[in-house]
Amino acid sequence: MNGRTLSATPTLTERAGALFHRYANPGRFLRLGDRIQPWLTWSAVIITLIGLGWGLFFSPADWQQGDSVRIMYVHVPCAWLSSSGYFALAVCSVLSLVWKHPLADLAAVEIGPVGACVTATCLATGSLWGKPMWGTWWVWDARLTSVLVLFFLYLGHIALIHAFDDQQRGYRAAAILALAGAVDLPIIKFSVQWWNTLHQPASITLTGAPTMSQTMLWPLLISTLGFTLGFTAIVVARLRAGVMESRIRSLLSSPRRAVSGEASA
Amino acid sequence: MKRKTRRLWLVIACVAGLGTAAGLTLSAFSSNIQLFMAPSQVVDHPPAADRTIRLGGMVVAGSVKRERQGETPINLFQVTDGQAAVTVRFEGILPDLFREGQSVVAVGSLEPDKTFVASEVLAKHDETYMPKEVAEALQKSGKWNPKFGPPPDAASWNAMTGKDTAAGKN
Repeated sequence: MNGRTLSATPTLTERAGALFHRYANPGRFLRLGDRIQPWLTWSAVIITLIGLGWGLFFSPADWQQGDSVRIMYVHVPCAWLSSSGYFALAVCSVLSLVWKHPLADLAAVEIGPVGACVTATCLATGSLWGKPMWGTWWVWDARLTSVLVLFFLYLGHIALIHAFDDQQRGYRAAAILALAGAVDLPIIKFSVQWWNTLHQPASITLTGAPTMSQTMLWPLLISTLGFTLGFTAIVVARLRAGVMESRIRSLLSSPRRAVSGEASA
Repeated sequence: MKRKTRRLWLVIACVAGLGTAAGLTLSAFSSNIQLFMAPSQVVDHPPAADRTIRLGGMVVAGSVKRERQGETPINLFQVTDGQAAVTVRFEGILPDLFREGQSVVAVGSLEPDKTFVASEVLAKHDETYMPKEVAEALQKSGKWNPKFGPPPDAASWNAMTGKDTAAGKN
């Protein structure tokens, strides 16, 4: 039985590996990135402006929260992106640990700070929303605490990936941290169902009708799309710069290495 | 390629192990992660008078009494989870969202006379977001009274707009 699984799996990992290598080759990425960057950036700007403009000025106020509900149009997209950004980080970690993919390492370096900013925005807007509605800036309930842990995971990842002189060791250590921290994602998602919290459960679920008026749902979805495109645009721009930087660094260091090699020989 | 397969299984095994460990830890500490206790829990197992606890539940309709002692407002109300009710006494200004039928979390301790003296009251709002006109229309048509619980199924109203409700009035 063991033999069968061993003989069956290499073809799968091989095939998956080949797929990643085909679509995530740094050169191919640079060419693709050049082409899609303006589209990403401009669609992000326009869609975010439409979503936020609609949400902040034209959507109705909530019957009990009044105009404070408009914080939602920033808070919720940031909250979703903080989790999905970390999920992307975890995927990069698997690609880095298993397939040693160079682009995955560079992507992990670039996703970290953007994700940390989004998570910080989520926490800050949540706090600003909590004070007038709940009556407190902060409470140690399961949802708020698990998102704070996510923020610290992002910060730890940023620190760790730059902590080693040998870049490869930094990539590896950070990948292990990112993967271990992925345990926090289901905790964030289900915290409001598993335990009683001050934070309310999700309004938009895959199974039921959204418990939100459509006049609020549409601006929220549009602003989420805009934020997601913005996140992607920033990460792609940073990643293109990162790929070019690493190319320049290897170009600059290669003749020197050759010289030192000659000297030692 | 064999090494990659081995690494993949190692990663999967580590994540599965870590996930299980986290899951077991969380389920073991589950009662400590709860933000608040329900009134029925407080009635069944009254905590020591000097222990600060958080009590969470719905404000019973018609139970709110507001008094004034000099400048400080004193609020008396009952909090229920449907099975038991606890009387809460709170000196101070209640949050804006406080109303009958609203879920609240009160921080304080249980006195020997079974009243809960709160030092802080937090309002908890539910996951329902509804424009004012829709809420008014639902209340007017008798489909919902916010004093007695959560709004009706969202599918029945989430496509309603201010125009629909205005038309309904006529």
